[in-house]
Amino acid sequence: MNDLIFFFNQAIIGGVVLGSIYALGAVGVTLIFGILRFAHFAHGDMMTLGGFISFVLAGIVAGLGIAFPLPIGFIVVPFAMLIAAGLALGIDKGFYAPLRARGAKPVTLLIASIGVTMMIQGLIRLFFGVGTYSFFDTQPKVLHRIELPFEGVTRPISFSEPQLLLVISTIIAVVALHYFLTRSRLGKGMRAMADNPDLAKVSGINTKLVVRVTWIIAGALACLAGTMLALDVSLKPDLAFNIVLPIFAAAILGGLGHAYGAIAGGFVLGFAETLAVFNWSVLLRPFRDNLPEWFEIPNTLSLVQSEYKLTVAFVILVVVLLVRPTGIFKGAST
Amino acid sequence: MNAMTTRYIAAFIALFVLIVGVGMMMGSAFTVRLLVEAFAFALIAMGLNIQWGFGGLFNFGILGMLMVGGFAVTFISYPVNMEFWGSEGPLYLGRTLLGMAIGAVLIFFAHRVQRFGITGKGRGAVIVIAWFIAYVIFRSQMDPAASYITSTAGWVGGLGLPVLLGWAFGGVLAGLMGWLIGKVSLGLRADYLAIATIGIAEILRAVLKNLEWLTRGTLTVSPIPWPVWTPQIYQANGADTTTSFILARGGFLAVVVVIVLIALFLIHRAYLGPWGRMNRAIRDNYIAAGSMGKDVTGRQLEIFVFGSVLMGIGGAILVSFVGIYDPSSYQPINHTFIIWVMLIVGGAGNNFGALFGGIFIYIVWMLSEPLAQALFNALSRFSSDMGWGAIPDIASRAVQMRVFVMGLVVTIALRFAPQGLLPEVIRRKE
Amino acid sequence: MSLIDLKDIKAGYGATPILNGVNMAIDASDIGVIVGPNGAGKSTTLKAIFGLLNVMDGTITFDGRDTTRLEADRLVPMGLSFVPQEHNVFTSMTVHENLEMGAFIRRDDISGTLDEVYEMFPDLKAKRRQPAGELSGGQRQMVAMGRALMSKPKLLMLDEPSAGLSPRYMMEIFEQVVKINAAGVGILMVEQNARQALAFATKGFVLANGQNRFTGTGQELLDDPDVAKSFLGG
Repeated sequence: MNDLIFFFNQAIIGGVVLGSIYALGAVGVTLIFGILRFAHFAHGDMMTLGGFISFVLAGIVAGLGIAFPLPIGFIVVPFAMLIAAGLALGIDKGFYAPLRARGAKPVTLLIASIGVTMMIQGLIRLFFGVGTYSFFDTQPKVLHRIELPFEGVTRPISFSEPQLLLVISTIIAVVALHYFLTRSRLGKGMRAMADNPDLAKVSGINTKLVVRVTWIIAGALACLAGTMLALDVSLKPDLAFNIVLPIFAAAILGGLGHAYGAIAGGFVLGFAETLAVFNWSVLLRPFRDNLPEWFEIPNTLSLVQSEYKLTVAFVILVVVLLVRPTGIFKGAST
Repeated sequence: MNAMTTRYIAAFIALFVLIVGVGMMMGSAFTVRLLVEAFAFALIAMGLNIQWGFGGLFNFGILGMLMVGGFAVTFISYPVNMEFWGSEGPLYLGRTLLGMAIGAVLIFFAHRVQRFGITGKGRGAVIVIAWFIAYVIFRSQMDPAASYITSTAGWVGGLGLPVLLGWAFGGVLAGLMGWLIGKVSLGLRADYLAIATIGIAEILRAVLKNLEWLTRGTLTVSPIPWPVWTPQIYQANGADTTTSFILARGGFLAVVVVIVLIALFLIHRAYLGPWGRMNRAIRDNYIAAGSMGKDVTGRQLEIFVFGSVLMGIGGAILVSFVGIYDPSSYQPINHTFIIWVMLIVGGAGNNFGALFGGIFIYIVWMLSEPLAQALFNALSRFSSDMGWGAIPDIASRAVQMRVFVMGLVVTIALRFAPQGLLPEVIRRKE
Repeated sequence: MSLIDLKDIKAGYGATPILNGVNMAIDASDIGVIVGPNGAGKSTTLKAIFGLLNVMDGTITFDGRDTTRLEADRLVPMGLSFVPQEHNVFTSMTVHENLEMGAFIRRDDISGTLDEVYEMFPDLKAKRRQPAGELSGGQRQMVAMGRALMSKPKLLMLDEPSAGLSPRYMMEIFEQVVKINAAGVGILMVEQNARQALAFATKGFVLANGQNRFTGTGQELLDDPDVAKSFLGG
């Protein structure tokens, strides 16, 4: 039973946490792809930028000396999301919109997003250096432990407060996005434009407005994901650059352009990564006596070594691209 | 003399003046070093030009090619590690190879189970299981081999062969890798291809970084020999330090320039010939080219391999010159994105544009740091004079300026000069 | 003054024009039908009106205003609606959502118009929760027309509404076109089934090589031996 809880703490909670981050990022990538038809490579850096915006805001709030029952980094997230949405709009206006107006191919926009990546990275490091920052210098990081009322169970289920908040805010974001896309006029307009941009234009849908709303949502969600990731681990300038590929993998896995697919893809990848590096011999040990004589449980029995954790996402990505580029879920993205 | 020729001459004269200026400011030893690296990057940019400029193929995995090239020259030219060859290491590796062969046979047959009447989902399941078993067999042999080698001999060492052979092997190995990547992913659309190539490059990076028995991983390999006399040899022959550096790096530069010129000559001839015409036709309209009976996929694969070869050679040259192979030093910004900046600014589709962009952008890249530092120092003096205090950590911040500058340069180029400084020449057939 | 007036329109995709001077005038009471051989510029005329391609010369006046250079998102609020020939529904969205998208520009209550459309196409009411991509070709055409009507247009433009449909659906679509016109909406449509369409057209236009060849009421064109011989297959 203790081993099972170990499995739960390591693999399930780990998978949910990682999956939430991937899902929040992948939704933004997939929305931008659906509306603007290009792979927005700078999305990971918009996440990092969002994390740093929250960090600065949290520093200001902490300076005011008000005590909060929750991490300050989390309290300021709505404001940071607003700022990040504004920045996303500015980035679009400054670097992508002129290219679109010229009728540039999506590939050109992809290269431009590399330029934006480099600018954001350079600026963040210019201002914040290359060091690591923590949101929990002024307040402690709360750990939750749930003791299970079973006999012989000594190991508690444990997770940190930021992890709990991450999962809660992911659920809220996903539900809100769902209602936005299925109930609101603009949300439906967004789906219409992703479905058939020419017909959307013919229907009189204000495509420029839809583009703006897309950037606002993508920027805000990227900020949320970046901040929550920074709260869970720590804030580094290359925080999200390293997970931009898994995020793309998640978006492609779910079928580029499909918001729900991206969320599912995020969680699939999150679990795939944590389960692939999980040491399965932990779960085999209780059955030591029942196993055949010749079978000796090795000390480590993981599918891949933990150094290759990130590689799992890339391998899945490449296999999906080769076997089913439209994603594992229903739908075609052209 | 038309406007285009004038532009070429002006561009290269400006580049020459820039180099002379750098030489006067920063000293000859630094400038020669800068030029060696700049020419190596120009070679890599020419490789990307073949893929993107001629073929319209998106490659975001340049980093992987450079790493492979670097590994190749390390493996070929580094002295032999007798400890490894005297141990049971080769035997272990032999067993691993055997395991891989068995796995390959398994997978081969799994892909052909439809002959035994297993089709559809059943065939898919058989294939997945075969891959899994092959993987388990491979791991069961590889893991002990790796831990045996790292614990006894450290790593396998090199072959002690000439450096130039190592560069050539770098091209071959990268070409092979390009063939594999192209084979599996060239059917994809541009943005998917970008993601696929970067994904494969990241896998390569993770593998080379963690294969301690083969590459020493984070322990790094050095010193990697040079194809010409090193400064140490000049010094042993009585030259003073500065002169030895200039002479040794100058010799290295000469070799690299000769290679770049040969490559430029060959590529340009191919570009002007029927091969280049066909490739441009495929790039501009592959559907029409395909319907005219051209072997589109075959040509594209060829292009991808040729470009990768140049990248591999360039990567090998860089590693030889620096003298150290450190798999964890490879970063997407420094080894993939900057090549794109070079090609976009120089002019995609034009060999001279790639050459010019490669050298020019590398110089800008290297100079951004001291220039930014000088700028920050001035600002810092100003702000301390004003009583606002000095700017902290100027040195580490200045390094980051160049990343920002590169990003700005490429976005500005895309917006205002999407064809690059030396655009592709469109020849009209009369 | 007509609802829409085209004067010497020259338009095309690139530098070479497809339309070399097209003239047309439609009133709100009219059903205008454009016929002609392939490549004559029939669809191009509709796209030029709707601002989907470059108008090089000539003027388009709609409802008393010069709309030559206006784009779709400005034209729809003015009362112009367009049903493209292909890809004319949002396949991943339900029938109901498709109709809502047609009313995107409206801020008032759209339930009345929705009821009218469902009344006009009862098939759609039963399928209103289904994704439009799952419908048959004829039902899709109804969704597309319904979507275009949701903006309460003054002029409805249809690009080959009967293409690929069975005779039964073709007749139903044509009947609805006549009904829509009776309700006071001007119609301008391109049709391959020229005889059937000209039968109820109040104005017929025969285009060839991007220019008007014959203009008249539908009946006049049907009776004209030259038109019949060259364009209606004898």
